Amino acid sequence: MSLFFIVALPFLGALLPGLMNGAGRAACAGVTFTVSLAAFLGLMTNLPSVLAGEVVMARVDWMPVLGLNFTLMLDGLGFFFAMLILGIGLLIIAYARHYLARGDNMGEFFTYLLLFQGAMVGIVLSDNILLLLVFWELTSLSSFLLIGYWKHLPEGRQGARMALTVTGMGGLAMIGGMLILGQIVGSYDLSVILQNRELIQADPMYVPALILILLGCFTKSAQFPFHFWLPHAMAAPTPVSAYLHSATMVKAGIFLMARMWPVLSGTPEWFVIVTSAGLITMVLGALIAIFKHDLKALLAFSTVSHLGLITMLLGTGTAFGAMAAVFHILNHATFKAALFMSAGIVDHETHTRDIRRLGGLRTLMPITFGIVTIAALSMAGIPFLNGFLSKEMMLEETTHTTLFGIWWLVPALATFGSLLSAAYCFRLIGHTFLGPVRDNYPSKPHDPGFGLWGPPAFLVVLVVVIGVAPFLAEPFVKLVTASLLGGEAEVPKAYFKIWHGLVPALFMSVAAVVGGLLLMGVFKPLLRVWESTPRPEAKVIFEGLIEAAAALARRFIHTLHNGAFTRYAMIGSVAIIALGLHAWSTGTVGAPTRDPQSASVVAIAGWAMLVAATGGLVVMHRNRLLSLILIGIVGLMVSIGFVFLSAPDLAMTQFTVEVVTIILLLLALNFLPNRTPIESTVLRRVRDAGVAVAGGLATFALAYHYLLRDAVSTPISEFHLANSYKGGGGTNVVNVILVDFRGFDTYGEIIVLGIAALLIYALTETLLSGPVRARLLNRLPDQPRAGDMHPMMMVVLTRVIMPVVLMVGFYIFLRGHNEPGGGFIAGLIVSIAVVMQYMASGFAWTSSRLRYPYHGVIGAGVLIAGFTGIGSWFVGKPFLTSDFTYVRIPPFEKFELATAALFDLGVFLAVVGAVMLSLESFSRLAHRAQDKDSEHPMDIDPSRDDPPEDQPKPVTEGV
Amino acid sequence: MTHWIIAPIILPALLAPFIVLAARYHIGIQRVFSVVGVLALVAISASLASQVSDGSVLLYQLGDWAAPFGIVVVGDRLSTMMVLLTCVLALFVLLYAIGSGWDNRGRHFHALFQFQLMGILGAFLTGDLFNLFVFFEVLLIASYGLMIHAGGNARLKAGVQYVLFNLIGSTLFLFALGSIYAETGTLNMADLAERVQLIGPEETVGIRVAAVLLLLVFAIKAALVPLHFWLPSSYAEAPAPVAALFAIMTKVGAYSIIRVYTMIFPPDLEVTSGLHDLWLLPAALVSLAIGMIGVLAAKKLDRLVAFSIIGSMGMVLTSIALFTPEGIAAALYYIVHSTLAGATLFLISDLVRTGRDNLDLTPQPPVKGTAITAGLFFAGAIAMAGLPPLSGFLGKLLVLDASYGTDLMVWIWFVVLVSSLISILGFARAGSVIFWKAHSVEGPEDTEHLTTPTTMSYCAVGGLLALLAAHTVFAGQVHGYTTTMAGQLFAPDTYVATVTQTPGKLSKPTKEDH
Repeated sequence: MSLFFIVALPFLGALLPGLMNGAGRAACAGVTFTVSLAAFLGLMTNLPSVLAGEVVMARVDWMPVLGLNFTLMLDGLGFFFAMLILGIGLLIIAYARHYLARGDNMGEFFTYLLLFQGAMVGIVLSDNILLLLVFWELTSLSSFLLIGYWKHLPEGRQGARMALTVTGMGGLAMIGGMLILGQIVGSYDLSVILQNRELIQADPMYVPALILILLGCFTKSAQFPFHFWLPHAMAAPTPVSAYLHSATMVKAGIFLMARMWPVLSGTPEWFVIVTSAGLITMVLGALIAIFKHDLKALLAFSTVSHLGLITMLLGTGTAFGAMAAVFHILNHATFKAALFMSAGIVDHETHTRDIRRLGGLRTLMPITFGIVTIAALSMAGIPFLNGFLSKEMMLEETTHTTLFGIWWLVPALATFGSLLSAAYCFRLIGHTFLGPVRDNYPSKPHDPGFGLWGPPAFLVVLVVVIGVAPFLAEPFVKLVTASLLGGEAEVPKAYFKIWHGLVPALFMSVAAVVGGLLLMGVFKPLLRVWESTPRPEAKVIFEGLIEAAAALARRFIHTLHNGAFTRYAMIGSVAIIALGLHAWSTGTVGAPTRDPQSASVVAIAGWAMLVAATGGLVVMHRNRLLSLILIGIVGLMVSIGFVFLSAPDLAMTQFTVEVVTIILLLLALNFLPNRTPIESTVLRRVRDAGVAVAGGLATFALAYHYLLRDAVSTPISEFHLANSYKGGGGTNVVNVILVDFRGFDTYGEIIVLGIAALLIYALTETLLSGPVRARLLNRLPDQPRAGDMHPMMMVVLTRVIMPVVLMVGFYIFLRGHNEPGGGFIAGLIVSIAVVMQYMASGFAWTSSRLRYPYHGVIGAGVLIAGFTGIGSWFVGKPFLTSDFTYVRIPPFEKFELATAALFDLGVFLAVVGAVMLSLESFSRLAHRAQDKDSEHPMDIDPSRDDPPEDQPKPVTEGV
Repeated sequence: MTHWIIAPIILPALLAPFIVLAARYHIGIQRVFSVVGVLALVAISASLASQVSDGSVLLYQLGDWAAPFGIVVVGDRLSTMMVLLTCVLALFVLLYAIGSGWDNRGRHFHALFQFQLMGILGAFLTGDLFNLFVFFEVLLIASYGLMIHAGGNARLKAGVQYVLFNLIGSTLFLFALGSIYAETGTLNMADLAERVQLIGPEETVGIRVAAVLLLLVFAIKAALVPLHFWLPSSYAEAPAPVAALFAIMTKVGAYSIIRVYTMIFPPDLEVTSGLHDLWLLPAALVSLAIGMIGVLAAKKLDRLVAFSIIGSMGMVLTSIALFTPEGIAAALYYIVHSTLAGATLFLISDLVRTGRDNLDLTPQPPVKGTAITAGLFFAGAIAMAGLPPLSGFLGKLLVLDASYGTDLMVWIWFVVLVSSLISILGFARAGSVIFWKAHSVEGPEDTEHLTTPTTMSYCAVGGLLALLAAHTVFAGQVHGYTTTMAGQLFAPDTYVATVTQTPGKLSKPTKEDH
């Protein structure tokens, strides 16, 4: 079967358990088993090629530029691991079918399990190291989900997060390592990398790459000092512990070290780091394991210890060490998975895993007892069981290993580790199964059904078979070793056999077993010593670190983002000024190319007024009405400045805009307090003033600089000046720029205006439907109100002026193309005409006489502008292309008609609609529902018959 | 004469006023027009993207005026890709807004949504800096409207800060435009690219300050630390579909930086050399770090997502700041990813909110449908944290790969990898509290009254995730395309020539004087 299918099957199959969940537990487990089985059989179809020493490849390009491709490779080593993963996976699925309780969501469980399986198979079959990274992180993620499977258990959640954090950290480090490796070799394909041992080891980046990759391996395979996460991952359901955290996932780091062995090993760095980490892990794990009372915790630490053992063997860098490692991986997978499953059985049947509450199960659970005894003795290194064989090889290897120049260090520590290992094995058997039968088990123990003990029993059979007849496993182990060595070293000739003669390893082995037995004899006093010794508790430290990091992050982030806008603006402004200054200081300043103009007295006077008004604003800004007036002065002076600089259009626009905005702001001010309170400290205000002054000076300097210099090439305005009549049909260049040359900008700007009005409307709408409405209604005016809200004089005056103003607006609109004016200004003027009516006769009276809703006016304006633009499509011209012609309608003189005028009409309508909608929205805030709307234009009207509301109606009958 | 290239701007610009004019009281009609409009936009932008995929440049001279005197709209690989991305994102966001009923919780949602699209698409397409300013204004005011859609005190407060900070940006933009015009006498990008070459080494401060001010304007939009302060609370407080759409807004800033600082002020330009080498990359790295630290620090899910946006923008800008073809190609790949991932997470956080009253990261009793939401969150978090198998991981690899051998390589790798870890931690903590710890909390028996998200909402989120998956599966093709795109950006001759040499009205002396 193609390698792609083997990897893809578990992933695709992961959809099935969730789907089949409703069809019952058997169906759910059944499909999962079938999927795994299919993948397993698919793997087996490749067995002949692997046995023949071939490397099966499959390749699909994914990101060729990066060098990340979907390249798979199956050699002896990959086959070995894939077989373990899929084979043990089958047993686990069968076991989990009976292990999970009715309340557990089986579909979810098997989905995660298959995802994990696919990722794991992906790791061992990847030929591309970046692809390997993808699968690597996927195992971390699926392990996270599986450890946290029992969502309600805090241990599960914490364990899951801890595992994800630690292995995730390693994974990230490994990304760095792999990228460096790929950059050194120039390819991310393992098949290429494995050929380049000399190149890699000679590169200065070898050590960083090695350390980063080893970080990944050590975290994944729980090597010291990252060993602490694994025991906490045991909060997962037992099938997960047996599968991920003893047989497969934790071997991924080992696998990678084996994979990279040909190119990374053999250097002093590799030897020292890997061997010592392995050795420490081995001894430390075994030591802790002895004193663990939780069956799974004991097994977890023993796993840590054995992973250390394998790591240490790989670290030695010799072919024999590698072979021993391979053999021990196989043996460990068999006995440890069996032990975990048995621990699960004990937990399942007695409802406890605490060794102190167990004991005497020998007679109550004979089958389980048998399984555990054989597996544990194998782990202890008792002859005729497979653990003995690989442990002998390990001890043999240590006698040839010298670390830090001390010849006895490695053998002694290895023997000591083995001794501890034997001790916890004996404790596991003795304290759980031997001893007197108790009468207070949490649940009455008995052997489970075949579904639960079958899978571990199968593994135990393997333990015995390999242990008794090691020559059966020998060719396979040597095949795997050969592919591990990758031609960098010869496969050792040594035969696998039980009796090697009186070699040092035998004595060490005997010492370990005897020592282990003796240790068990003094277990009780030892335990007392252990429990009274203060030890760092990894979980507490880790959680403390994470919590501290999170608290630090919170403090940092929340202090930085404290919600004070002035500070945000201050930081932003300082950054902008500083970077501008940096750009300035790194450049060169040339001589000015223009002479400054002389300033007339009038100009200086105007400038002085502008400055005075602005300065006054700074001083008096707390009085809102006053500051509004001062803003008005500033605006007027700016308008006059435009006139001075020969820009009458801008002046007119600015002028009308000033009028309208002041009216709008006055309306808004109506709802605000008169004064702005002082909210910040003196120091802060001084700081802000400093920033403001700096910003102002910088702006001044910049403007001054540009004013004295010509552009590097003719400005485009020259073209506009030259062509406004020829191409745009108007002599008012500003207007032609607005509606023709850059009509698209204007189109955008009227949309901005329209949106702003819609926004003000939407805002008041939400305000009026909320609690603010009540506040507004109950508000007491802080100043006496005029008794006559709508005085007659004003009403009459505005009515008279209105047609005049409209006429002016019309005039301004029409002449806009040639003289100062245009749609924008006209719109503002017409708005003022309507605003006057609102002011004179009130909101209700005016709006009830309104035919066209302002929303519609805005919409129509923007649409007219848009359709004017589209109109040019019909003559094959681009959007907004203008044309003009001269027409003569008697009795008028000949005049010009430009399509731009239609566009200007759109502008006009949008402006009118926007201004009026904003104004109306503000007025709605003031409008009180309980006020009786007057249908009359003014409150006091002598010519009117009906008296004001609150007076009794005069009797008029009887005339 | 074909007008398709202007259609992405004109279509929403007509649809929006039409909705205001004719359908402002009819949510049903608004929805139909809005969805049909966005569907049309997707189709148009897809055809535009395929049209320019051969490296050609589409030019549209508004008002028939040739550049630099009139405004031009230009479509090349980069701009059409951004347009397509925006339209596709908008489709799913709109579906979510309709499915969740968000569009009916205030006035004018659809009109503002269309205007917003017009602003964003215009910004991507325009070839004129002042016109870019106009579109920035359009998208700013429309986004403010969308942000405060449905009201509420916290939202209004955040909205004020948002609009104020961006007004600082607008002012700065005007300063920058004034400076550039004073220096060069033009505002057309292609023309600028030519004129900037004329500036001699004896007088460089003017153009240097102008260039850096412009860069800062875009940096504000792109939420580069320390100009990012407008983002966290405004994105967190905005209605979820709006925040999701905003995922593309920060990219407008990134796009503008790429466009302007490869074409007008390319890295090898003498007069502006050393302008941002010193600070842009470090600031981007700080953004990445602060964003991901914010993910860990957040007390609410929506704020967490907002900070992750800052982080992912830091990643984008880190890659851009390398100013190499590899860096830009990686950044463009990552931009697509980060847009989709950010939007997805915002929508997912709204799915979470539907089942509970707030988004506080505290355990609250689980409600029906949490399992699907949890699954979606898991996928979204994987994407944002840059874990396999989703495109964030590939993007991260690309960025790391692009920075190999650069001066700051160690820093880049360190910050990228460590911030990934921090974000993993943050997302894992948040997810386990919301979805797992919830199971240990006793809830009220009666959960019937709590609403569950509609199928349409789930479909919109699922659709975005499917896009992310496609972005992963076809990563080779996409990255290949962004690589050619980066190539085009660093050799802008075709672009510049197309814009500056195509004649328009009055370019040739034909018309007689009247």
